[in-house]
Amino acid sequence: MSCWDVVADYGLRSLGIGERLLPRDDFTICKQVVLIGSGMIWNVYFGVVALISGFFLATAVAVGKASKITPLRKLSEWFIFVFRGSPLFIQFFFAYFLFLSLKSVSPVFSPFTSAWLGALVVLFLNTAAYSGEIFYGALLSIPRGDVEAADAYGFSGWPRFRKIVWPTMLRLAWPAYTNEAIFLFHATTLVFFSGFPAWQQRGDALYYASYFADKTFNPFIAYPILAGYFIVLTLTIIGIFGAINRRLNRHLPQARKTRIRYRPNLMR
Amino acid sequence: MFSYCTDPSVLAAPAWFACYLTTGKLMLFYASFGTVLLLLAITAPVALGFGFAGAAAARARFAPLSWLGKLYIAMVRGVPDIVFFLFFVIALDQGLEYLRHKVKCPDWDQPIRQGSDFIVCQAAKLPLSTAPQIWHEIYGFTLAVVTFAIVFGAFAANVLFGAMRAVPHAQLETAEAYGMTHRQIFWRILIPQMWVYALPGLSNLWMVLIKATPLLFLLGVEDIVYWARDLGGAKTARFTDYPHGDWRVWYFLGLLVFYLAFTRLSEIVLDRLMKKLTHGQATMGGEAQRKAA
Repeated sequence: MSCWDVVADYGLRSLGIGERLLPRDDFTICKQVVLIGSGMIWNVYFGVVALISGFFLATAVAVGKASKITPLRKLSEWFIFVFRGSPLFIQFFFAYFLFLSLKSVSPVFSPFTSAWLGALVVLFLNTAAYSGEIFYGALLSIPRGDVEAADAYGFSGWPRFRKIVWPTMLRLAWPAYTNEAIFLFHATTLVFFSGFPAWQQRGDALYYASYFADKTFNPFIAYPILAGYFIVLTLTIIGIFGAINRRLNRHLPQARKTRIRYRPNLMR
Repeated sequence: MFSYCTDPSVLAAPAWFACYLTTGKLMLFYASFGTVLLLLAITAPVALGFGFAGAAAARARFAPLSWLGKLYIAMVRGVPDIVFFLFFVIALDQGLEYLRHKVKCPDWDQPIRQGSDFIVCQAAKLPLSTAPQIWHEIYGFTLAVVTFAIVFGAFAANVLFGAMRAVPHAQLETAEAYGMTHRQIFWRILIPQMWVYALPGLSNLWMVLIKATPLLFLLGVEDIVYWARDLGGAKTARFTDYPHGDWRVWYFLGLLVFYLAFTRLSEIVLDRLMKKLTHGQATMGGEAQRKAA
């Protein structure tokens, strides 16, 4: 069996397309690379959808935390505190069992007990809280002169936010937000270890990597393959976010442009 | 535990809960909180030590040592930490058994890896198959601690390396002008001054470490997550005196509250510590304190 056959059989295994059973013997490097790569589809799915949807909630939460209206501010503060103060792993477990008990109340909640939706909701709320805190910090450090200039030009309310405050906030928050995005993708590996079942063994990359490590009792092949995939993923995120960063800073003189520095200080 | 607990099925709710919450199994659950705290108490200093060694190595003038330190620092950036957790637990175990095998059974002629098996001689097994159960648990916990220390040591090394670079260069140059050796500059000038720069990063790391403790569950230690899943599951009257439905959601709510309280408390303590440490320092924070006084 050539490696191309393996790709045809297992390339989309994590979506349920192709071979039904996972390989039971003859664990070639090719099989491991293909199947772990197939699992990466889930990591990318969770990461991309949670990041994009979380971005909007994060903006709302940041504005809420900076707002003068007390109930709104308290709500945002508590939201951020709950999701940043507790481990994501426990959040996954709690959410899974919560959805499980809600399912017995109403069938509406039954899709939430599967990973593709339930875990996504948790990741969405979690990244919204972490990014919300980042955006809030950026909101506070917007130069006063920028806002005063906007006032002088007659901007107020929504146009002022949309055209002046929001872009500046994004520009200031972007380096930290890049880190958050990287760690969100790393956090997606927790999903199938935290209660959410991998239905018909359709798991993510770490699920398959640990499957191989358990079967072969050899961690020195499967985990480095997974690490390779994640390094590529991280570099891709850095590339995309770097391009957005350049666009956000394009109006600034060359010397003031902020370079993104990658520091793992925002992990969960 | 209480005298009226002999027949729980006839008790009213408050007494029932008093009995339920003091059963032997629940005591094991409470003890597992101790496991978590013990892990933190051991891991934090060991990881700091690893981090210090890593940061010092990255600053070394001997190039290969410096590369090694920088590689260690870079290790955790691109790859999820949980991958390292799962990897190191098996890798350390196999590595130790391999070394013991080489020492204890030099005349063993079969290959160690046979297909999907990892076979070492009986005398090299860790812990020995004749060892009592408690040693197996201690060994598992120790592996977990070392794994945590390696991964968080890499994070700590990153923080400390940054802090060492943040110490004003003029300080080091002045020391050099006074004729101090490199070793003296490192220990007498650089190290005492770097802590205030390192503290924000280290307190962040402490929070991250707290929030990583539930991952002990994945390393096969019977920690709070293990017990919460075990005890919370629905129990029928056939197997226990305290039958109940699926309470896992409540158990995990309890864990959630525990972690929230723990991180909040840490935050308050670390804030105070930061205020103390910035006192009298030539930094923005120290300057603000001086003006406020």
